[in-house]
Amino acid sequence: MAEAYIYDAVRTPRGKGRNTGSLHEVTSLSLATQVLEAIRDRNNLDTSKVDDVHLGCVSPIGEQGSDIARIAVLNANYAETVAGVQVDRFCASGLEAVNIAAAKVKSGEANMAIGGGVESMSRVPMGSTGGAWATDPSIAMKTYFTPQGVGADLIATKYGFSRDDVDAYAVQSQQRAAKAWKEGRFKKSIVPVKDQLGVTLLAHDEHMRPDTTMQSLASLEPSFVMQGEVMPGFDAVIQQRYPEVEKVKHVHHAGNSSGIVDGASAVLIGTKEMGEALGLKPRARILGGASIGSEPAIMLTGPEFVTRKLLDKLGMTTKDIDLWELNEAFAAVVLRWVQALDLDPEKVNVNGGAIAMGHPLGATGAMILGAMVDELERSNKERALITLCVGAGMGTATVIERVN
Amino acid sequence: MENFKIDVDSDGIALITFDVPGRSMNTITGSVMRDLITLVETIKTDDKIKGAVIASGKTSGFCAGADLGELNQRGAQAKDEPKSEEEKLKKQFDQSFTLNKSLRALETCGKPVAVALEGLALGGGLEIALACHYRVAADNPKIKFGLPESKVGLLPGAGGTQRLPRLIGVQNAAMMILQGADKSPQEAKGLGFINEVVPAGKTVEAAKAWVKANPKATAPWDVKGFRVKDGPFTPGGSIAYVGGNAMVSKQTNLNYPAQRNIMSCIYEGIQVPIDAALRIESRYFIKTANTPQAKGMIRTLFVNMQALGKGGNRPQGFPEYQVKKVAVLGAGLMGAGIAYVQAKAGIETVLLDVSQESAEKGKAYSKRIVDKDVSRGKLTKEKGDELLARITPSTDYSLIKGADLVVEAVFENPALKAEVTKKAEAFLGDTAVFGSNTSTLPITGLAEASVRPKNFIGIHFFSPVERMGLVELIRGKETTDETVAKAIDYVLKIRKTPIIVNDFRGFYTSRCFGTYPAEGVEMLMEGVAPAIIENVGRQCGMPMGPLEVSDSVGLDTALKIGKTNAELNQQDYKKDPRAALLSWIVEEKGRVGRKGGKGYYEYGDDGKPTRIWPGISEKIETKVTECPPELKQELTKRFLFRQCIEVARCFEEGVITDPRDADVGSILAWGFAPYTGGCISYIDLFWGTKKFVEEADRLADAYGERFRPNKLLRDMAAKGETFYERFGAKKAA
Repeated sequence: MAEAYIYDAVRTPRGKGRNTGSLHEVTSLSLATQVLEAIRDRNNLDTSKVDDVHLGCVSPIGEQGSDIARIAVLNANYAETVAGVQVDRFCASGLEAVNIAAAKVKSGEANMAIGGGVESMSRVPMGSTGGAWATDPSIAMKTYFTPQGVGADLIATKYGFSRDDVDAYAVQSQQRAAKAWKEGRFKKSIVPVKDQLGVTLLAHDEHMRPDTTMQSLASLEPSFVMQGEVMPGFDAVIQQRYPEVEKVKHVHHAGNSSGIVDGASAVLIGTKEMGEALGLKPRARILGGASIGSEPAIMLTGPEFVTRKLLDKLGMTTKDIDLWELNEAFAAVVLRWVQALDLDPEKVNVNGGAIAMGHPLGATGAMILGAMVDELERSNKERALITLCVGAGMGTATVIERVN
Repeated sequence: MENFKIDVDSDGIALITFDVPGRSMNTITGSVMRDLITLVETIKTDDKIKGAVIASGKTSGFCAGADLGELNQRGAQAKDEPKSEEEKLKKQFDQSFTLNKSLRALETCGKPVAVALEGLALGGGLEIALACHYRVAADNPKIKFGLPESKVGLLPGAGGTQRLPRLIGVQNAAMMILQGADKSPQEAKGLGFINEVVPAGKTVEAAKAWVKANPKATAPWDVKGFRVKDGPFTPGGSIAYVGGNAMVSKQTNLNYPAQRNIMSCIYEGIQVPIDAALRIESRYFIKTANTPQAKGMIRTLFVNMQALGKGGNRPQGFPEYQVKKVAVLGAGLMGAGIAYVQAKAGIETVLLDVSQESAEKGKAYSKRIVDKDVSRGKLTKEKGDELLARITPSTDYSLIKGADLVVEAVFENPALKAEVTKKAEAFLGDTAVFGSNTSTLPITGLAEASVRPKNFIGIHFFSPVERMGLVELIRGKETTDETVAKAIDYVLKIRKTPIIVNDFRGFYTSRCFGTYPAEGVEMLMEGVAPAIIENVGRQCGMPMGPLEVSDSVGLDTALKIGKTNAELNQQDYKKDPRAALLSWIVEEKGRVGRKGGKGYYEYGDDGKPTRIWPGISEKIETKVTECPPELKQELTKRFLFRQCIEVARCFEEGVITDPRDADVGSILAWGFAPYTGGCISYIDLFWGTKKFVEEADRLADAYGERFRPNKLLRDMAAKGETFYERFGAKKAA
């Protein structure tokens, strides 16, 4: 089987995901187009050699609907022969797109492929696509459907993380992200977003609040008390699956949860031979990817299980991994993962994460994978594991290894 | 057609009079369903008929819905048909769909059809009305419109789950159907499922006027271009479904399939045209009706409750006993409550206590309830005053003269009870009944103090008396059938449901009820985390967690009983680890339960539990801290089986003899998971005696002999018998 090499990784900065955000006036198509153009232009890429473009997108409706990947390929003036496919694995869609691209390269179906993602949460709001899980009684009740915020609070309650614990983690995320930006650690991958005239619109992540302190967070009200305790009362629903929890403690709020933002990402993946033929220099190797399902009501504990699954498959232990990256959907998700796998917090999310910079759903997976490619090179480390918690109890993970 | 009469007037408007022969209230019987087919065909094809108005021929109302008794019978017959499961289901569907088909044909007959509602329309009755093009109701706030099927574990199966949401919106309809809530004509008009409210007596006139003015009528959903505004995937539409699913989960703990299936009917039905929607509804109706929950709930909560409420367990051959005056001995919490329910039922009540002050205090209890009802407009000032005037608080036992019955409700002290019995009987007529409200003391023993033990009976009320619907009548050794009949007449007069049990330790309810908190303590001692015990207890359908129940009863009370038992057996009470645990909690930690503000729980100033007392872990190491579904299922079984096995023992020992009494009693007295239809129905319908015995044996092997099935159960299992067959074939409906 062929090896899958990463030749490049780019992302847009993340704009605030509301109508005052800088990227609100740019279409999702334009965001996706700009990262594809960047991949091509930075690498002087003969796009006719690209077999397929996989883009994660969690709300594929409206302007993000009907296979935005292929439409972006056309809009970016790639060769007509390049196919495109939109991928949805909820929050891990971007990483899944990378894993699919890598699998195609490894299997020989593709010689060169792109995995990435796009999500303009300000233009196509989260939840726009509906779906059966929460609405269809036959599945909602059977699986104790509970919104992920309440699930995150349950994780904090069940695994013993206090409000201070989750807030402290959030402060650290802000500090790490601020430091990383200040030291230019993201510089290699950032593609500033241009407006309709081609003028730079946004060149930095605008969701960050580097001056966040424990005190400033303490003033925020927990976000999920109402839907948990009152209307419609999801605490009582999830306690049916977790009777061991006497009372759900609501600790998450806007300051220790991932931010709603707009953005896009792309990773160029190919065989060794095709890379050589195109004169590209490999930066990392994709050792493997995996996805898993776990208990859906608590929803966000999948990263532990997919991490174990992938490490087992690769014959590795946690000692073989130098850097750990888990999307910061909610602070307790990361704290539980670190606790369950007994990880060194100093190696986890070293440059901050979505609490500080935001989580543009479909794009995030490929964004944090790209950030790990940069960080392995910068810190001269070998291997990184990237993972995300995923709706309905899933988890997706990828292990990459620096090549030069 | 025996149920419908057609009179066509000079305008060509047919007045259809719905009048089921031989009944005081119209219900939808098999015969009505057959007639409906003919009726609709006539309206459609008879050229003389230009339109129709349907009205009731009864003064009692329009129609109270399906005949549940008949439905219950039909279910029982269907069991024997030797067909494949799929054929059986197909047949059931065809039968069930008949009514939907008729009503749909009525709706699409091409002529305007209005309904004139002078009185109540419930269940199928309202569904007939919803299938008409126009609904006129009389302006009387006492008239009830509703779909109460879910209360007995069913769902509306004649279009209710489809037409109502299309008329009044998904959220309002779902609330109404899930709760089985009634609406008055004005409320119904506000919601949008009644078109017009007119003065009583004018509905037919108004309905005819509408028919005349609207020669062509179509249901809104048959108008071209009709779109449901609040389907699950319309803008903002999903909230009703997401929230509704969560509310149903929360309120039913997923124990009640009817509520879940109602949500599915609405969710699936609202997305398709009405004809497909009605098929979906009929499928869910059958799916629901076939569950043991529906069978158990219909039988216990409808058929049996109705039977017992009409004196179904009353010994026959005695004339109705007129209870006009009753003396209550002891004006404590129980006595005061008993006085209130009596006065409310029009019984002249003498409330006696040792001091005038105590007696007055007992009457004040009634005054508080009356004042509250008056302030809320539930009762007029005059009626309230009349009620209170019926209660005479006093210390004078001679006022007992002329009483038809005495209810003794003094402290649970045999000597005291003997004393007041003698004192009261001195003034009591020879035919009057003496009832003792005791929850534990043997009636035969108490009757020894009586000069007429034949007239002596246990009348066990539950607290709070005004809210608890059950009364447990305990037959002493000497108690005659006549006395039992009289006591039943009294209980029915105060509008409660009587069950009859024999005189054994703990009678029926106290004895069986105690097994639930007892099993909770067993789990606690095994090291199961208290949160798991409490949550699973509630989630399996009990009204409270078992430890909270213990707190409510009082931990000191439980300890006292334990000590008394140990003394009787000449043992050190602390030898029993359960008693040792209680002793530690009560005597060393000073936690006596809710009344003391601390027990297994901690309590706030309002008396409500705030959290489980973490200190219990000092004594018991918590070993089980996770509760995956398999464990939850096992604990659920332990809670339910433990109670049911105790009930089975009661049958074997002769404590109780009628499965109806046992089922109704288990739900009304101690809140046994109502979705089961009661302890006996749980054995009969959810397991069958054979499987129940196998499972109980497994539990006994795993957790102890308290789960071991008795001889009676084994015998029944061997014969494949149910309790209702063995003990209730003749009597039970």
